[in-house]
Amino acid sequence: MVEMIMHVELCKGCGLCQATCPQDLLSTSDQVNSKGFYPVVLLDKAKCTGCALCARMCPDLVIEIHKQTA
Amino acid sequence: MKTVFSRPQALTNKPLHYCPGCGHGIIHRLVAEVIDELGIREKTIGTCPVGCAVVANEYFNVDMQQAAHGRSPAVATGIKRVLPDRVVFTYQGDGDLASIGMTEVVHAAARGELITTIFVNNAIYGMTGGQMAPTSLLGQFTTTTPYGRKKELQGSPIRVAEMLATLEGAVYIARMSVHNATHVMRTKRAIKRAFETQLEGKGYSLVEILSTCPTNWGLSPVEATKWLADNMIPYYPLGEIKVAAAVEGIN
Amino acid sequence: MVRKKVLMKGNEAIGEAAIRAGCQAFFGYPITPQSELPEYLARRMPEVDMIFLQAESELAAISMVYGAAGAGARVMTSSSSPGISLKQEGISMLAGADLPAVIVNIMRGGPGIGGIQPSQADYFQATRGGGHGDYRHLVLAPASIQELADLTWEAFALADQYRNPVLILGDGMLGQMMEPVLLPEEPPPLVDKPWATTGAKDREHNEIYTLHMGMEDLEKHNQRLAKKWEQIAREQVRYDKFMLDDAEIVIVAFGIASRVARRAIRMAREVGIKAGLLRPISLWPFPTAAIAEVAKQARAFLVVEMNLGQMIEDVRLATGGLVPVELFSKITIVPNPKEILQSLCSLARRTGCKIDEAAIKEESA
Repeated sequence: MVEMIMHVELCKGCGLCQATCPQDLLSTSDQVNSKGFYPVVLLDKAKCTGCALCARMCPDLVIEIHKQTA
Repeated sequence: MKTVFSRPQALTNKPLHYCPGCGHGIIHRLVAEVIDELGIREKTIGTCPVGCAVVANEYFNVDMQQAAHGRSPAVATGIKRVLPDRVVFTYQGDGDLASIGMTEVVHAAARGELITTIFVNNAIYGMTGGQMAPTSLLGQFTTTTPYGRKKELQGSPIRVAEMLATLEGAVYIARMSVHNATHVMRTKRAIKRAFETQLEGKGYSLVEILSTCPTNWGLSPVEATKWLADNMIPYYPLGEIKVAAAVEGIN
Repeated sequence: MVRKKVLMKGNEAIGEAAIRAGCQAFFGYPITPQSELPEYLARRMPEVDMIFLQAESELAAISMVYGAAGAGARVMTSSSSPGISLKQEGISMLAGADLPAVIVNIMRGGPGIGGIQPSQADYFQATRGGGHGDYRHLVLAPASIQELADLTWEAFALADQYRNPVLILGDGMLGQMMEPVLLPEEPPPLVDKPWATTGAKDREHNEIYTLHMGMEDLEKHNQRLAKKWEQIAREQVRYDKFMLDDAEIVIVAFGIASRVARRAIRMAREVGIKAGLLRPISLWPFPTAAIAEVAKQARAFLVVEMNLGQMIEDVRLATGGLVPVELFSKITIVPNPKEILQSLCSLARRTGCKIDEAAIKEESA
């Protein structure tokens, strides 16, 4: 189980994470954050493997990832 | 729960002011991750450039000094000489390092100063609004090359990493890029090797990092990563440009 | 142990006094007529396990000073006029970041490359900040090798006390000449520097910066700095008096020019002119109140300086138009006391001061 915490208030909607996700699981919210950006949303939590490539490309430390250990 | 990815200790909680998609955020985080992994946060001192990263002192959770434009390697020299057991790094952009501060970086490298330079090359002046940098590509449009950079007028872009690699005192010189996740991870390894070079007292180390400036390039962040790959990498080849024999054992 | 005087060249005396004041690092760049100072420290600093580094430029040297000062060290740089112009970038940074450092200017003539002769032409640059932005730093003007050594020691203490750069303003003559000097023994006490960037161990991280992006923020920063400089101005005015008690004509001169002025005053006294000297030791803060006080009794002022007339503006501001203030100016030539005497005689005659014309005739005969 992967737990992805999105610090949406830090997101500037640059889209680098979306372009990076190998499974195309990320999209843009239709709600703006307090900065006026449309932040990232995770579409399908179940499919996320927690590879963290999105987080590595994020310039704003929006994404935090934890994995359930067996 | 095992944490796969979270904010490094060596960054403060302050939200970054950089434009959407700017590479500075990624590079700040990589430097901070390396500082955390090496366990050197409490003995690291960094310097900020003049340019977009001028307020990096607010972002790095290590002691920081703001240097005058281009003088970071000299400021870092002053710090390192009086505190030789600390880890000192400079964080500089292409205007700061390759234009106004070229003298300082060349001589710090020549002296084999035991400092590490993180050199962010995005081929443009960001903070002042998109003027030509010494690393702007031929043909590149900037606000001071509105007809494109021309070799006969502005000369050719400077390959800083290769130039500094000719100096004896520079023992680890790499050029990396943050245009995709694979290269981000490679960049981090290079930064770590550069810091380890300093920790082992081998000499001067520098990692040039190709980065994007979507705002001043007039591209979306994703388009900017593609522009970097298509235009910058052919002129600025990636890899470890110089690994002196003394550094070979460090990985 | 009895302390003994040693015969030393001015530039070297500064170096030795700096070491004895606990200077931990020196960063400099060669330039005549101060090169003996870096040369001396290149030899001596390693002997006391301290740092000497020849920088690639004055810009780099002052930036190294900034880095080392920010890291908590007692630190110094030196240069001469053209090099001091280059250092202004860093001096403005030091002042803006509240960093203590000692800067030595052994002045030579300008403008441009000028020459290597002694001069006092950097008075404006030294006392008005010199670099960009609104800032002040102490300017100490020694007039002997002994004072070069004493004020070098004091400069380190004052820099630490106020967290501000301190400038020692000498000239090529002082730098090059030799006199017996009693050197300081003990350094000024070390002060705590909890703000220094030494590594964020068991505390929040420290930041040394001069950028204040918010309008209010920058305004407040400048106001806070202004308070510090007002305090320095209140507490650190230094000057010396010579034959001033009954003086009708007051010479104001600093540094090497004041030495010649003393001789001229003795000569003037022999011909019945009641001349005296007020010698500013701190050029900033300037002894404005002391000069204003003297102006109440004096009939005229003669400002003797080796420039086109710079300090004279401060003397005129201080005297507030009460008395005539005239200039004796040489730019890159140390004045001859006889020439100063001629100016004193002329001024005495024109302002109705006492003068023994018979003695003058006797002298010239």
